Amino acid sequence: MSAPTATSRIPHRLKLNLQAIVGRAYPRIVGANREPSWIFFEAILPLLGIAAYVFIYKALSARVIEVIMTATPSAPFGMCGQLPCVDAAQQELYRTTALANSNALVASVVLGGTMVAFWLNVLWSMASQLYWEKEIGNLQLYMMAPMSRMALLGGMAIGGMFMTSVRAITTLVVGVVVFSVVLQVSNPLLLIGVFFVTLIALYGMGMMLASLYLLWGREAFNLSALLEEPIFFSSGFYFPVGGFAKFGTIGGAMLAFATAIPATLGLDAMRQIIVPGGPVLPIPIPWSQTAYLTPDLEFGILIVLAVLFLFLARQTLAYLEKLARREGRLTSRHQ
Amino acid sequence: MDFAIETKDLGRVFKPPRKLLKKKRNPNGEPGSGEGPVTALDRVTTQIRRGELFGLLGPNGAGKTTLIKILCTLLLPTTGQAWVAGHDISKDPFPIRERINMVSGGETSGYGLLTTRENIWMFSQFYGVPSKVAKARIDELFKTFGLWDKRDAKVRTLSSGQRQKMNMVRGFVTDPEILFLDEPTLGLDVNASRVIREYVKDWVKKRSDKTVLLTTHYMMEADEMCDRIAIIDHGRILACDTPENLRRGIRKDTTFRLEVDSLKSTSMFTGMTGVKNFSVKNDISKNTTSLTFILEDESPVSDILSAIQAQGSKIHYLQKSEPTLEDVFIRMVGRNLE
Repeated sequence: MSAPTATSRIPHRLKLNLQAIVGRAYPRIVGANREPSWIFFEAILPLLGIAAYVFIYKALSARVIEVIMTATPSAPFGMCGQLPCVDAAQQELYRTTALANSNALVASVVLGGTMVAFWLNVLWSMASQLYWEKEIGNLQLYMMAPMSRMALLGGMAIGGMFMTSVRAITTLVVGVVVFSVVLQVSNPLLLIGVFFVTLIALYGMGMMLASLYLLWGREAFNLSALLEEPIFFSSGFYFPVGGFAKFGTIGGAMLAFATAIPATLGLDAMRQIIVPGGPVLPIPIPWSQTAYLTPDLEFGILIVLAVLFLFLARQTLAYLEKLARREGRLTSRHQ
Repeated sequence: MDFAIETKDLGRVFKPPRKLLKKKRNPNGEPGSGEGPVTALDRVTTQIRRGELFGLLGPNGAGKTTLIKILCTLLLPTTGQAWVAGHDISKDPFPIRERINMVSGGETSGYGLLTTRENIWMFSQFYGVPSKVAKARIDELFKTFGLWDKRDAKVRTLSSGQRQKMNMVRGFVTDPEILFLDEPTLGLDVNASRVIREYVKDWVKKRSDKTVLLTTHYMMEADEMCDRIAIIDHGRILACDTPENLRRGIRKDTTFRLEVDSLKSTSMFTGMTGVKNFSVKNDISKNTTSLTFILEDESPVSDILSAIQAQGSKIHYLQKSEPTLEDVFIRMVGRNLE
């Protein structure tokens, strides 16, 4: 292999790193889809979790509609909220609104359940990956190679995004069909932008965690398990996260924590864009009584988060490599 | 002189993690036995010429792998300096990484769900080898190493020998200037080892710009393959020369080999007049002990035989022989490699 001259160094390194990204993404893009069992385990099985929430929301909605539609001597056109409906037109308006809200909640759950795949991939296939690579003996070989370490993580992330997108889209399509969800995209470009920036920020976070997990050693898998459910809850994968605002200071604190996780803002923005009939409990702005985070604003915050997490990932990885070379334990198998 | 690798007073001390030190301190606050710092390399100074096949012989824990890791830029030295392909390993690792590769015996590289070809191709991409070139090299190397039939087999289906051959292909696919081979034939059958040895020898012989640093447990392998050998123990290089010169160095000594009934003790040979060094190998299945003595001359032989007979042990054979590389090792290190 001929060594590059100083003038050709930058394009040479760029080419090398692009090749490294493609090389590392390859096992995830090609290899992971080689075994068809993933369709059952990673696309169909997650529907069971989604179904549980869909049935709860549908049951609650059916009860509301039953109250609206049940005529009594004191309320011949049923109940419209706390008061009897004035006439059949008001009754129909309330029924239609209840149905729309039900659809919005079901759509939120299907979308959230789809995004769960990305969060699980970030936790188990990004954050824990370097530790796992060390255990199987690959990390030492990666650290010896001339590519940038960010190219290695970048390849892992791109491969993970692709692999998980295939699974997530399958879950989304099946979910929309099975639960008869009506989606209405108000701004397709913004939706695509939000989706990709969310993924970049989320995988950037995973890249940062990957180095930290390696530093923390064997606790990595416990940490992943520990983070899994609380993030499901605080990021509102199965319910509109703006609901936290109704729980005073604790709810506010929870919301503040949740917005540091890119999935929260990404999900909220996507729900606002694709759920017809306007947002269901979006994230409120703390200093305002009525305003909430719009998809544009969330898109902007997500860009900042993406840059921040990628920067932090680079810093932690550089620190990790320095420490590994100094102490000689971090990258070697069984040490 | 154009050196591929050069080290100057290279040292590496491993300190146990602070957590461990705190736990293992004895009541007076001192670290517990075996928990203090470990000197893996102690002022190693050596020069390996471009185009040389250089061997590093040493028992387990001698510092061979630590030296290789430092030269591969995976580890920083505690003291001293080293240059690989003219670049400082501490200050300038990137150009070194472009020019080197390493293969360790028994390593498990890659992903089980990829085919062997895909796996090697993936590693070639980390070194910027153009895809077309990598694929052509992979095919050629697979044929050379007898892996052609396994080119489309998933990595997880390979036997350990086939896996090691695949690792060798990984090492050569980037066409490195300097190749580090850490026990490359460990656990391989005779044929597979021979194929690897032949290929490595040919690779260095035919291409004058290629250098190999080989660590091995097998004396015969080092003797057969290496242009020069360094004997390393306790982190120090004890001798460094061509195999022939190393043997010549102890030719004035006398080497005796004996096989006797299993001995209860061999401590009486330590410090015996005229005995420079000796090694002991017990064979439990045959209930015998094999002894190799490096003697100043033949005069201590009668004392040795008397000491053996005093234990009631029968002598199966006694042979005076030409010194081998193993004898050089015993003379330097004071024990066998095994």
